[in-house]
Amino acid sequence: MNVKDYYGIGFLAAIVAALPFMVANDYYLGILIFTALNCLTCIGLCLLLGYAGQISMGHSAFLAIGAYSSALFTTKLGWNPWAAMGAGMAISMVVAVLVGLPTLKLKGHYLAMATLGFASIVHVVCVAAVDITGGPSGVSNIPRLSLFGFELNTDTRIFYFCWTMVILGLYLAVNLIHSRVGRGLQAIHGSEDAASSLGVNITVDKIKIFVLSAAFASLSGSLYAHYVLYIDPGPFDVMHSVLLITMVAVGGIHSIWGAITGATLLSLLPEGLSFLSEGLAKFNIQYKTDYDTLVYGGILLVIMLFMPEGLFDGLRRSTAMVFRLNGEKGQGK
Amino acid sequence: MTSELSTIIKVETLRKEFGGVVAVNNLDLSFTKGHVSSLIGPNGAGKTTVFNLITGFLPPTSGKILLNGKDLTGKKPHKISALGIGRTFQNVQVFPAMSVLENVMVGRHLRSRCGMVVSCLLPQALRPEEKRIRESALSCLNAVGLAEYADRQAGSMPLGSQRMLEIARGLALEPAVLFLDEPASGLNARETVGMGELIGKIKAMGITVILVEHDMELVMDISDKVAVVNFGSLIAEGTPKEIQANPEVINAYLGA
Repeated sequence: MNVKDYYGIGFLAAIVAALPFMVANDYYLGILIFTALNCLTCIGLCLLLGYAGQISMGHSAFLAIGAYSSALFTTKLGWNPWAAMGAGMAISMVVAVLVGLPTLKLKGHYLAMATLGFASIVHVVCVAAVDITGGPSGVSNIPRLSLFGFELNTDTRIFYFCWTMVILGLYLAVNLIHSRVGRGLQAIHGSEDAASSLGVNITVDKIKIFVLSAAFASLSGSLYAHYVLYIDPGPFDVMHSVLLITMVAVGGIHSIWGAITGATLLSLLPEGLSFLSEGLAKFNIQYKTDYDTLVYGGILLVIMLFMPEGLFDGLRRSTAMVFRLNGEKGQGK
Repeated sequence: MTSELSTIIKVETLRKEFGGVVAVNNLDLSFTKGHVSSLIGPNGAGKTTVFNLITGFLPPTSGKILLNGKDLTGKKPHKISALGIGRTFQNVQVFPAMSVLENVMVGRHLRSRCGMVVSCLLPQALRPEEKRIRESALSCLNAVGLAEYADRQAGSMPLGSQRMLEIARGLALEPAVLFLDEPASGLNARETVGMGELIGKIKAMGITVILVEHDMELVMDISDKVAVVNFGSLIAEGTPKEIQANPEVINAYLGA
């Protein structure tokens, strides 16, 4: 199992390495950077949701904590961006413990409720604490990251850096899944009673994975701030948490590769739809952006209906089927 | 009694109330080390509640639970399993999305140490431990006869195999005492015979087995001791022969 995942990571790394040579346009590179950031958040969310079976509606808030920590510590206090990023992750992890402690002790989806409230509060604070966060007008002039004297000042460099983070994140996640701790988490998802009868400390393990998952989101938020160099509360509302959960669910919650597939698909979908609208315009068919939601919903519906285990699993099964059919044809001759 | 027959689990005036209902009524009970002991009684007699109290899934209203003289009362289930008590569940609770082998590997949780940070960062360092976990999990699967299904998804196994799998998982814990909650329920006649043989095998491993079971043929066949409860109280205790001859038991449960 483990070996297969490492091949997968190698395969992804090869694609990532080649992509900037195929995509010359900075605009598309930018979209692929956002895709990487969503993948990073979804890796953490998938560990929590798909493996430990706990629902968090609060990941938009951890993104916000990461982004605002990076923005504020660098612009207001003059910190080094890496230190600000680390501080953001530390704050997110402490906050995750505080939110998780009272709710993860309980059985049932109390974490979803608590994090829903938490995400709303964080968003309101970003909007309303004008003195600190700049309110709706946000924070600008966020410095770029630099690495070993290289400033990450071109989209290609940022692209490589963000995707390297995704690959590192995947490596950590894959190792965790195939370890004693990872099996404990999956056991909690399967049956909390049975897991605790085998010695799994379900409360502590649930909090740990929630904290790790918050750290992933915070990192992604920080990278976002240092890429766009200007942040406002807009992207950090609760609906973004819903979108993240949708990404993980569409890709398939039982596999970390599902999270990557789902995050990539839903990050690229808006671009696909604008292609569609251009294409239709050639045939004099008018496509309005209002239809986006409709197409979007339709795609999700079809995936969930025909691939209940998610897109990744669905694609894997259908490829396996095609191979099998081909094999049978070959034997027939 | 000779000195070799020592008590492993002792329950003293154990009481559990759910609202106004008394499910376990000041029960005194002790289980002998190395024996197969059965807890029988009509539905709703409080047998499963006793199991849940001993294994920490329910806090008792009052009373005491001792394992080798050590107080277990009020401890959390994961602490109690660490002290050497394993269990299965009346409605089987395998981890459906995991493979059969992985299910049993979870049973080795307490016999391995690696934490989250090491697991994430140093997978090479885990290899020897992972190998040990896998090997002992496989030997537990062998013991229940499921080794050939190691890679199957646990949720797709038939009920009888899932019950066996739960037992293998419990064995992986290397417990001193294994509680089996209705192990033969839902099994066909052939599977029930297999279950009886398996319980004998577990006893031979030196593990004390305590079970709740409705299949009287199985109970009388494999038990060293039988305790009968009704309305949360002990009404009789003894060897299967004594129990079958006890008029009170026949009246309350076995029927004439």
